[in-house]
Amino acid sequence: MNAAVFFQQLINGMSLGSLYALLAIGYTMVYGILRFINFAHSDIFMVGAYSAFFFIVIFRVPWPLAAAFAVCLTALVGVTIDRVAYRPVRDAPRISALITAVGVSSFIENLGLVTVGARPKAFESPQFMSRVFHIGPVTITGVAIWVPIMTFVLLAVMMYVVYRTKIGMAMRSVSTDIEATRLMGVDVDKVISYTFALGSALAAAGGILWACKYPKISPLMGVYPGWKAFTAAVVGGIGSIPGAMIGGFIIGLIEVMTVAISPGLSGYRDGVIFLVLVVFLLVRPTGILGETLKEKV
Amino acid sequence: MPDKFRKTILTVIFIGFLFVVAWLADNYLDEYVMRVVRTGLIYVIAAVGYNLINGIAGQFSLGPNGFMALGGYMVALLMLPVEQKEFVWFLQPLIWPFRVFSLTKPFFPLAVALGGVAGALGALVVGVPSLRLRGDYLAIATFGFSQIIIVLANNLIPVTNGALGIKGIPEYANVYRCLAWAIVTVIITSNLANSSYGRAMKSVRDDEVAAEAMGIPIFRHKLLAFVVSGFFAGVAGGLMASLITTVSPSLFSFSMTFNLLIIIVLGGLGSTTGSAITAFAFTLLSEALRFVESPITIGPIDIPGIAGMRMLVFSLLLVLLMIFYRRGLFGKKELSWDWVVSRFGNSNRQGVGTWPHKTEQS
Repeated sequence: MNAAVFFQQLINGMSLGSLYALLAIGYTMVYGILRFINFAHSDIFMVGAYSAFFFIVIFRVPWPLAAAFAVCLTALVGVTIDRVAYRPVRDAPRISALITAVGVSSFIENLGLVTVGARPKAFESPQFMSRVFHIGPVTITGVAIWVPIMTFVLLAVMMYVVYRTKIGMAMRSVSTDIEATRLMGVDVDKVISYTFALGSALAAAGGILWACKYPKISPLMGVYPGWKAFTAAVVGGIGSIPGAMIGGFIIGLIEVMTVAISPGLSGYRDGVIFLVLVVFLLVRPTGILGETLKEKV
Repeated sequence: MPDKFRKTILTVIFIGFLFVVAWLADNYLDEYVMRVVRTGLIYVIAAVGYNLINGIAGQFSLGPNGFMALGGYMVALLMLPVEQKEFVWFLQPLIWPFRVFSLTKPFFPLAVALGGVAGALGALVVGVPSLRLRGDYLAIATFGFSQIIIVLANNLIPVTNGALGIKGIPEYANVYRCLAWAIVTVIITSNLANSSYGRAMKSVRDDEVAAEAMGIPIFRHKLLAFVVSGFFAGVAGGLMASLITTVSPSLFSFSMTFNLLIIIVLGGLGSTTGSAITAFAFTLLSEALRFVESPITIGPIDIPGIAGMRMLVFSLLLVLLMIFYRRGLFGKKELSWDWVVSRFGNSNRQGVGTWPHKTEQS
């Protein structure tokens, strides 16, 4: 592999990884606060892509506006899921919450299959996304540049919200000790709703950018990106937002480089990510930046 | 007559009765219905095995589809006639030991048992590292492993023939064999659950820290439950391979685990008889619900058939169950002879239980 190919793959890996990072933050935020894996997060990602698609194709809304609408709508969907399905099982054993999440995920996927059909739809990405640049032997599409840039902007906003605003402080407080936070007079349910809204908005942004990169959307499009983003969250240290970003880039690079180094392994590219997930869970379940959780008796 | 002996007699009579029903059904019901019945019996095996690890030992595994795949491929490789093997693996030859032999019909139970062994070995390999994890981490690890199994099934062409799958497996999984395996599964699982091992598993489920403090080797009991569960998943996968005569990676996708999860939650996590009855009823119901996916005409309104409608209903069912009816149909209780006797037997007998008979405190 020469330098040009390496650089090319590096860019591909970075742009893929930044998408995983966007999605991973949703997993990590919900886990940090509720200690439960929101299996439906990957389907929220799909809902984001589809709502942008419908705003653009059916209502003919200009692209940036459609994306903004889609992000808001998806945030609302995320909050609704929490309110309708997760809140009633919040005090139940953790296994119940997990089964509920698996059920919600399957419900959204099948609702998608029933309403919009299994046939993939072509997503119209804007002009600036599909332009192609040449730097020496390296070919870069607009998507590969814009995706990481937008990701960084969104992440900066996200970090601002979590670390510099009052609601962000409440979120961090809930994730440290939910009971103590409630005693301090914080409306915990509201904070959790905000968390779902933020996480879902990022997932929607990820879904829309994903659809620009891979312009075929289908109701099951979220499944594999979801698992890889989840792996990213585990690798980075679940519960840690900077960890999710680092994990996202690592997973994106591993996926791209596996195929680049050995094209014979292309059939195993999903398997490699699951292997990374399993190895991290077994060797270092707290990930790179995660803190050790003490088991409460 | 001692109580235990009487229960054994009753069980033997009941098993005989089941076989008579199976014989009658086999002779008087059509092929399609019998296919559904056999599928139902296979789901009983898979669900009872899955309930052992999820309901009785309380370790949330999301991996039974992977172990079913191991069993299914094992039976396919053992039973497929040699000439059919040459026909199926036309691009790359099948790996050596399986290329040159295949088992004949009398050895079918052996092949299914070996399928179970494949599932159990898979569970051992997955379980030793991942059962140190708890709760959702364990769920993710088992999910990851079963996905790796499916990825391997898609890519290891010399063993699995890749995404095309293996066709032409002889259909030896008749109703008697399926019923026999289902009965064996229920008996072994309920005896295991009532043994000291089973009680240890339940204590791990109810409070792992307390169980450890009482000196129960928790890891060993989790692993036992996981391996036995993997064995029955392998058996179910093997029978399923023979029932539908083909195996492919898509047959053992995550939706298989999802169906089993609905079954054991609906039946009541921790109840073996609940899982068995629900598994059978669920399969029949899910066939009966097939009509919602076919075109319906109600007067002037034409509703086109929509694929995926049943899964939508089932997903909704699972979420609603979790919210409103978490204990399931049977809770952690078992349908036992004590209850049957108290209901239909001699009402003057002392010490009869109330329904449902409580076998444990929870």
